Amino acid sequence: MCKGKITETITAKGLTTLDDVRAHTKASASCGSCTGLVEQLMTLTLGDRYNPAAVASMCGCTDLGHDDVRRLIKAKELKTIPAVMQELEWKTSCGCAKCRPALNYYLVCDWPDEYADDYQSRFINERVHANIQKDGTYSVVPRMWGGQTSAKELRAIADVVDRFEIPTVKVTGGQRIDMLGIRKEDLPAVWAELGKAGFVSGHAYAKGLRTVKTCVGSDWCRFGTQDSTGLGVRIEKFMWGSWTPAKVKMAVSGCPRNCAEATCKDVGVICVESGYEIHFAGAAGLDIKGTEVLGLVATEEEVLEHIVALVQMYREQGRYLERIYKWAKRIGYDEVRRQILEDADRRKAYYGRFVHSQKFAQVDPWSERVSGADKHEFRPMATISLEAAQ
Amino acid sequence: MNAITQSWVEIGVLDDIPRRGARCVRYGEMTIAVFRTADDRVFALEDRCPHQNGPLSQGIVHDGCVTCPLHNWVISLESGEAQGADEGATAAFPVKVEGNSVLLALGEGR
Repeated sequence: MCKGKITETITAKGLTTLDDVRAHTKASASCGSCTGLVEQLMTLTLGDRYNPAAVASMCGCTDLGHDDVRRLIKAKELKTIPAVMQELEWKTSCGCAKCRPALNYYLVCDWPDEYADDYQSRFINERVHANIQKDGTYSVVPRMWGGQTSAKELRAIADVVDRFEIPTVKVTGGQRIDMLGIRKEDLPAVWAELGKAGFVSGHAYAKGLRTVKTCVGSDWCRFGTQDSTGLGVRIEKFMWGSWTPAKVKMAVSGCPRNCAEATCKDVGVICVESGYEIHFAGAAGLDIKGTEVLGLVATEEEVLEHIVALVQMYREQGRYLERIYKWAKRIGYDEVRRQILEDADRRKAYYGRFVHSQKFAQVDPWSERVSGADKHEFRPMATISLEAAQ
Repeated sequence: MNAITQSWVEIGVLDDIPRRGARCVRYGEMTIAVFRTADDRVFALEDRCPHQNGPLSQGIVHDGCVTCPLHNWVISLESGEAQGADEGATAAFPVKVEGNSVLLALGEGR
């Protein structure tokens, strides 16, 4: 997509909003990393008629931005999607594919013990707990705590791959094994087999805690200063199942050589002789950004308290689909340090709210479905022979 | 509706389909997605987005449309046509509810 085509389309079609330009030109419409450039072209073409600083509405269904919607959900104690839409005067009768998943997340986060998760408002991956692929098949990633596995687990995976004739097996960037090309109807049976070996969902499809990568740490490495593997497993066991505004990837490295690449993660830990250096707000995707340092703590317990509080702060404040590095930049790295590192009372309050919400979140979705939940998702409604239709 | 003869085939009951959701019907080599809106209207489309063949049955249903799970094209449940600035259409099939039964007309697509 070239510059001339974009400015020409803006003029010819009378476009005035970023969403219009996205719809008509597809520029900035997929990964969004060229959004700044497209906005410059809009300013150039439209002059005062385009204000990039204006608060962007959540979607065409409302004029309210994400922050206002989040604030009003709490202030007005709105606890269902219809209640939000009614009270905040949504312009459509049942929202759209942009606002519904956002509202569902905000309600899950804000009312963990009261809100009934609306699966029809979740993107397909989260609705069926697998990742949709371009041909309509799915991929499945079982959880491997801290990236560790065993002969028993690997054997179970090999058996599943053989039995279901899974065409591709791939090691992921988060130290997991991905099985690709599984038919939707086979998902519950695949999960059942994996479950027998002790596997649970790896949430590779979730706007939630994905993975905690680790290095082998002081167990094996001659440079390891702490048990980075054990700490990574402990963090993952504590935080799995939590929903977040966007995906959360973590890592724990056993020394500053940083083999687990913790300094480009949403949250990372670098072990040192004197304790644990906690990092946050890294990125290694659409943007590449080294982490900011939160601070140094002495014990694993303190690591857990700080990391959990930081993630809870992000869960409560982040805009849907906004990664930690964007949220932290928006509110200020020092503000994160002030609330999480310096204000112990506030940190403990965030920690407490995360722990409360985990009581309702830590249910393995695969075993639920193996036991019969959401049966309709995985079976055709009917199979009609060609003759029957004649 | 055109005048050609259509054979109505019962595919199940209304409650088989979640509100703001869809179920699939296999018909030979073809998959047909049968949608149910929030206000209990029922529609049927071939389960292929006109963009890159994404399975529309897996999308989010809102008002009278579904958003394709692959690249977010919005497709009208009634006409099968892409909405907004996108262009293309998927085949739509007549479907009706009698009592609690859902009936699908096969043969010529609309």
